[in-house]
Amino acid sequence: MAELKLGKYTVETGEDGYMTNPDQWNKEIAEEIAKQENIKELTPDHWNVIEFLQKDYKEKGSIPTIRRLKKVGGIDTKELYKLFPEGPVKKAARIAGLPKPKSCV
Amino acid sequence: MKNLVILGAGTAGTVMANHLVKKLSVKEWQITVIDQDPRHFYQPGFLFIPFDMYNEKQVTREKASFIPKKCNFILSEVDNIDAEKNVVNIKSGKKKINYDILIIATGSRIVPEEVEGLAGSSYYKNIFDFYTIDGAVKLRQFLQTFTKGKLVLNIAEIPIKCPVAPLEFVFLADWFFTKKGVRENIDLTFVTPLSDAFTKEKTAAVLSTLLNHKNINIVTDFSISKVDSDEKQIVSFDEKNVEYDLLVTIPTNMGSSVIERSGLGDDLEFVPTHRSTLQSKEHDNIFVIGDATDLPTSKAGSVAHFEAEILTENILRYINNLELKEEYDGHANCFIESGFGKGFLIDFNYDVEPVPGKFPFPVIGPMSLLKESKLNHWGKLAFRWIYWYVMLKGLPIPGITATMSTKGKQID
Repeated sequence: MAELKLGKYTVETGEDGYMTNPDQWNKEIAEEIAKQENIKELTPDHWNVIEFLQKDYKEKGSIPTIRRLKKVGGIDTKELYKLFPEGPVKKAARIAGLPKPKSCV
Repeated sequence: MKNLVILGAGTAGTVMANHLVKKLSVKEWQITVIDQDPRHFYQPGFLFIPFDMYNEKQVTREKASFIPKKCNFILSEVDNIDAEKNVVNIKSGKKKINYDILIIATGSRIVPEEVEGLAGSSYYKNIFDFYTIDGAVKLRQFLQTFTKGKLVLNIAEIPIKCPVAPLEFVFLADWFFTKKGVRENIDLTFVTPLSDAFTKEKTAAVLSTLLNHKNINIVTDFSISKVDSDEKQIVSFDEKNVEYDLLVTIPTNMGSSVIERSGLGDDLEFVPTHRSTLQSKEHDNIFVIGDATDLPTSKAGSVAHFEAEILTENILRYINNLELKEEYDGHANCFIESGFGKGFLIDFNYDVEPVPGKFPFPVIGPMSLLKESKLNHWGKLAFRWIYWYVMLKGLPIPGITATMSTKGKQID
C-alpha cells in the first residue's frame, strides 16, 4: 500500500500506482493523474472513454478490453490511441481510478 | 432416458466422453457427441510441421476412433444452441437434439479477417499462420526456400490458444536457420501486444533473456491495426511499422461461430463460465470446458485434461442435486520448446505463476521447472504418445493432479 499526493489530495494506491479506494476519486484527481501520464488536458473525448470504463467496470466487474470499447462503447481504436497514447486502456483505467487491467494468460 | 450432449470432439469433448461413459448408467443416460470435422488433430504438433520435424500424418487421427462405442457420435455442423428450449439444432437433416445436460467443448479458432489487410491475397503467399494444419503445411513449403530476409512473428490480440507457441516458433526458427547455415542472413523479430515476452513475470524474464541470447528482436506493446501487404509491413494503432519479408501471424482467437449464432458468448465468443465449477454463468444445465471458456487460464490441452476430472465430478453432483465442487484452480502445464534439442516446462494456476523447481515429484523430478533441459524436450516429444494413448482416454497420468501441487516448487 502506498500514498500518492495529487495537487491538494492524497490518495491510497497500490505498488503499481493505481488507486485502491474508489471513494477517493474525483475529477480533479483524474486531471492530476492525467498530467502524470503526459496528457495535458482531459477533453470531452477523454471523459467519454473514462466514463465508459467506470460504467462498464461497475456493471461487469472487470476493465473492458480495446475490443469491447469499440464494440460496446463505440470508441474507435485509432482515436483511443490518439487520446491515450501507448497502452490506452492501462492509462485510461488509472485516470478513471480503477485497478490495473489484468492481462490474460 | 435422459440426454447428455457434448458439443465438440476435440481434446476436451473427447476426454469428457471417455470419463462420463464410465460413470453414467447406460440405462438412464444417452451420451451424444457432435462435431463437424472427422479429423482429430494433435494440435501441439502443428508447431513442428513448418520445421519438418512432424508431418501431417503424425498429428492426425479419426475422431470417431476416440469416442467410446456406447456414445452416439454425430458428424454434422451445428446451426445453434437454443438454450431456452434445451435443444441443439444441427444442419445434417435439420435435426433437433434435445438435452438435459449440455457440455460446450467447441474450442477456439483463428479469425484472420479481424485484422485489416491480413486475410488478403498475400495470405499463404508470404503470410502464414501455424494454428491450422493448412497454414502449418504451407509454411513448411515456404520455409524450404526462404534463406534470407526479415521473418516477423506477430500476435494480433490476446488471449490466444497455447500462449507459449509463438515463442517456441521463433526459438525453433533460430535453430532451423542455423542448421541450414543461413541464420546470419535472417532477421528474426517477435512482435507482441504485451509489454513483455510473456504474461507471467518470472517466465517473461527467463524467456526475454533467451530471446536476447539467440539474437531475436522483440517489439512490445504493438497493437496491430493493419497489414500493408504492398509495402510488406505491419502497422500499429499508434502508427509504428515493422517490415517483413515473411509474416507469421497468430490471428485473433475467437470462440466457435456456433456460440455467436447462439448468443452465448462474450466479445470474443468465449462462453462466460464459473472459474471453479465450470458451470455456465447463464444456464445451470450447461457446462463449459477447454478453449471455449472465458476463464483467465491458458487455452491448452493440459487445462482441458485437468478441467475434465473436476467437471466429471460436478456433472455427477449436478445429476444428484448436490452442490457443485468449487475445485478448478486454473491449473496449466506446458512444455516450451526452446530449440537445439532443449526445452522448458512450466506448471501454474490462477494464483501461482510458474516458478523453478522439480516436476512431478519433489527433488527427484525428473523434469525441471522453468529451466532449460534436454529432458524437457524429450518430454515434449513423448507427450504425443501420452496424448493419443493415455490423455484422450481420460486415463490418469502418474504424479499429475487436476489441481496444482506446490510440492517441489520454489515459491517466494
